[in-house]
Amino acid sequence: MNINMTLIGQTIAFAIFVWFCIKYVWPPISNALHERQKKIADGLDAASRANRDLELAQERAEQMLRESKEQASQILEQANKRSAQMIEEAREQARAEGERLVASARSEIEQEVNRAKDELRAQVSYLAVMGAERVLEASVDEQAHRKLLDELAAEL
Amino acid sequence: MAAGNEVSSTYYIQHHLQNLTFGNHPVNGWSLANTAEEAREMGFWAIHLDTMGWSIAMGLLFIWVFRKAGKMATTGVPGGLQNAVEMVVEFIENLTRATFHGKNPMIAPLALTLFVWILLMNTLKIIPVDYFPVLFAKLGVDYMKIVPTTDPNATLGMALGVFGLIIYYSIKVKGIGGFAKELSLTPFNHWALIPFNLVLEIIGLLVKPLGLGLRLFGNMFAGEVIFILIALLPFWAIWLLDVPWAIFHILVVTLQAFIFTTLSVVYLSAAHEHH
Repeated sequence: MNINMTLIGQTIAFAIFVWFCIKYVWPPISNALHERQKKIADGLDAASRANRDLELAQERAEQMLRESKEQASQILEQANKRSAQMIEEAREQARAEGERLVASARSEIEQEVNRAKDELRAQVSYLAVMGAERVLEASVDEQAHRKLLDELAAEL
Repeated sequence: MAAGNEVSSTYYIQHHLQNLTFGNHPVNGWSLANTAEEAREMGFWAIHLDTMGWSIAMGLLFIWVFRKAGKMATTGVPGGLQNAVEMVVEFIENLTRATFHGKNPMIAPLALTLFVWILLMNTLKIIPVDYFPVLFAKLGVDYMKIVPTTDPNATLGMALGVFGLIIYYSIKVKGIGGFAKELSLTPFNHWALIPFNLVLEIIGLLVKPLGLGLRLFGNMFAGEVIFILIALLPFWAIWLLDVPWAIFHILVVTLQAFIFTTLSVVYLSAAHEHH
């Protein structure tokens, strides 16, 4: 346990080890450590960024879905409305057409009746004239007149 | 090596506390000391071969392992060795960042060297006290004290290195004038008190390395003595005390390395500060 040259020797050894450590040992380890630290930090950063992006995208998708749903329901509603309108229109048209047809048929019938009446009237007068002729030509005979008049009536 | 009587146990303890000394003996010239007496007679011109050998071996182990890890170091997923080494490096980096308030890239590697080196040297203590002395005795070497930190030369040597750096950085940062001013005008800023200040400050300065070295030495030496005393018990009883003491020393070994490192960094930080 004497103090001797070992003291100096140890100091020299210490100096050499420290120098070697400063020069060759510390830098590569320290560099690797810091580089990895940076890499991990970057990775974490990127992950959080991606997460945020994902959230945004999800939100956007949801919004789009909502919008398209709304649109679809709107379109559906419009179509429904339109179809109802069309049916209404068609019904209206049909009714008008029917009325028109009925009216025209009625007027035609009326015309026909009038024409028939006119014709009948003409024929009656003609028959009356013919009957009178025949009455005047033939002998006035009760019997014959009766017969004639019957014939006339039958012809009516 | 349970000793039967008092004389042989005293001898056993003394033998285990004696370094393998090579030096200039007044009678024998440059030679290995055969006894503690001879080692003492060699005076300053002697060197503890075991202390130097084991400490340099531990230093080389540190350099080798950490250099290897540094070479393999990738920024990708680290392997087992790299992981362990990086843990130590990061620990030291945090320690330095917390206690060192200057800007000096040398301090962290210095602290790393101190910490790992002292830790490795202290760890040699966990090896049972008789293994290496007996092994080397078989090889014809009489003395072998394998724990360098139980030798005050080693701990004070390192403290001396730290002391040199304290002086160097004090002068580098503050200039010779600034350093002298700090020594002479603190704590009492008055010209009449310069001598008093000088005495105070120089004592304070010298106590730093002395305390640093002696603290580590004292702790390690005391622990070693206890280990040797435990080894004197009958062989079947040794483990009863030896195991708890060794487990306790896992703490002491780390703690002392940590204290030495932290205090060195704190002293160097103070050396960088302007007053």
